[in-house]
Amino acid sequence: MEENSKNAPMFMQGNEALAEAALRAGMQAYFGYPITPQSEVMEYLSAQAKKHNAVVLQAESELAAINMVYGAAGAGARVMTSSSSPGISLMQEGISYMASAEIPCLIVNVQRGGPGLGTIQPSQADYFQATKGGGHGDYRLLVLAPSSVQEMADLVFDGFKLADKYRNPVMILADGALGQMMEKVTMPPAGSLPYTEKPWATVGKPTTRERNILTSLHIVPEKMEEINLRLQDKYRRMRQEVRSEQIGVDEAEILLVAFGLSARICQKAIELAKEKGINVGLLRPITLFPFPTEAIAKIVPNVEAVLTVEMNAGQMVEDVRLAVNGKKPVYFKGRMGGMIPTPDDIVLEIETIAEKNRITQV
Amino acid sequence: MGQVLTMEGMEIVYEKPGTLTQTPFHFCPGCGHGVVHRLLMEVVEEMGIIDQTVGVAPVGCSVFAYNYMDIDMQEAAHGRASAVATGIKRVLPDKYVFSYQGDGDLAAIGTGETIHTVNRGENILMVFINNAIYGMTGGQMAPTTLLGQVTSTTPFGRESSHVGFPLKITDLVAQLPGAYYVTRQTVHTAAAVRRTKKAIEASFKYQMLKKGTCFIEVVSNCPSGWKMTPVEANVWMEKNMLPIYPVGDLKVPKQ
Repeated sequence: MEENSKNAPMFMQGNEALAEAALRAGMQAYFGYPITPQSEVMEYLSAQAKKHNAVVLQAESELAAINMVYGAAGAGARVMTSSSSPGISLMQEGISYMASAEIPCLIVNVQRGGPGLGTIQPSQADYFQATKGGGHGDYRLLVLAPSSVQEMADLVFDGFKLADKYRNPVMILADGALGQMMEKVTMPPAGSLPYTEKPWATVGKPTTRERNILTSLHIVPEKMEEINLRLQDKYRRMRQEVRSEQIGVDEAEILLVAFGLSARICQKAIELAKEKGINVGLLRPITLFPFPTEAIAKIVPNVEAVLTVEMNAGQMVEDVRLAVNGKKPVYFKGRMGGMIPTPDDIVLEIETIAEKNRITQV
Repeated sequence: MGQVLTMEGMEIVYEKPGTLTQTPFHFCPGCGHGVVHRLLMEVVEEMGIIDQTVGVAPVGCSVFAYNYMDIDMQEAAHGRASAVATGIKRVLPDKYVFSYQGDGDLAAIGTGETIHTVNRGENILMVFINNAIYGMTGGQMAPTTLLGQVTSTTPFGRESSHVGFPLKITDLVAQLPGAYYVTRQTVHTAAAVRRTKKAIEASFKYQMLKKGTCFIEVVSNCPSGWKMTPVEANVWMEKNMLPIYPVGDLKVPKQ
């Protein structure tokens, strides 16, 4: 990609837009292992690495890749890895270690259908894994959910920024469709994300400070509890980063809650429902952790029912139910295994809900 | 009786390197780990590269290395030390980076990382402590456990028909084009300690040539795991381990 000084819109694939954005965001190292549907990320970076003076290394496995991320990010570099569902499972041990040792990095999961080797088609079945920890121990990642190629680029900048701000791994939870599809995208300018000081990084101990140690081992339980309490406090502070987008919620009788690709499909469903005389709004979480609980709770009194749409068996719906807190009925519509709900599927669900809740159709 | 010893009129000929912390080693009496820790830190101090050195300590008895080595260090997940070291070295190519790994870490759970790190010729030093047993977890079989050797998971001795053969991973590593210097040493005699220190010195110097991986196996002991006194352990090691893991250079740089 030639440097585009005017930042004119370009037509790009999601995976490539993410990779280009990472270079523009000053990514210094990338470690990964090929897996469909996100291999274009490393392919793109491999071709561009020299020009940007970035390290791009194909590891022998996702295990090695995430531990290379640990080492490089621990040495103070801005580091990214990307993979898809089975590969992300392999990385969980390393992610847990990084959360505990407080090593910032950006991890991209371009989800595919599972469980197991599953399929290569898009899915959102890793919601639990991404937002509830994923590996062992009490920890959280900041999780960002793009729903367009534009956001595949923009959220890379936000991801690196948040990782450094909280000294925590950040995950971009995309899916195979967002990775593969092509859309118009305006690239953020290169060099617009400054580097932060990392006095904790292991770069060689000068005489002016004590040695830096990055570890997740604290054999004395009192100390381990103290670190857990500090981490939990950090996760609570992350709540201020919560972000969501709301479309047509003011007049809505039914509120849709959906993230990523599902939210794009919901937008079409809202148009179709309106034609049928049902006012439907959408709340799209952009941060999945922290989850926009308050934003949902605020809308709930004004709607008759809530419908969560996901490409899984119903995962985010649990967080939606917590937000709604029994005040209104919460319904779920999902497809699994790489299948995508159509706008018509969702409209059918909306009509059923409208009937059940005696919502008057205009 | 009542004699008071003072430093007056005495000359310091040997002392603890400043690169070791004041924390007492947790290692069992007679264990080789403490000696290798000290040698590494002596070399770092003598070369004056404290501010340019980053170490990696993974899981096993090696995990507490950063309690003793007064340098910047990262703790790695079990088996992943050389991947972590790769990450560090790739973004700090002009710094000295070493991993310090036991036999379970380097030759069982981390075999893939070991082979591929050396195959890429990462310009790091990998220090491999082979004591043929899992010391930290209480004396289970290691990949390098000898045939017939009794451990807590081979209570009747290691049988090749069941759990395979002692893995000579250093011999494997020496075959890889990415390896620059591969040697096998011990630290159970004064002469052996001096030879191992020379190997460590050479490896740190070689790092700056950027010609490939340096790999030092130290055949060592585990008196607690082997259920022997330190003296018995060293005798047993010489008699039983050195025939399988002979001391010497496996690959030396071409002059």
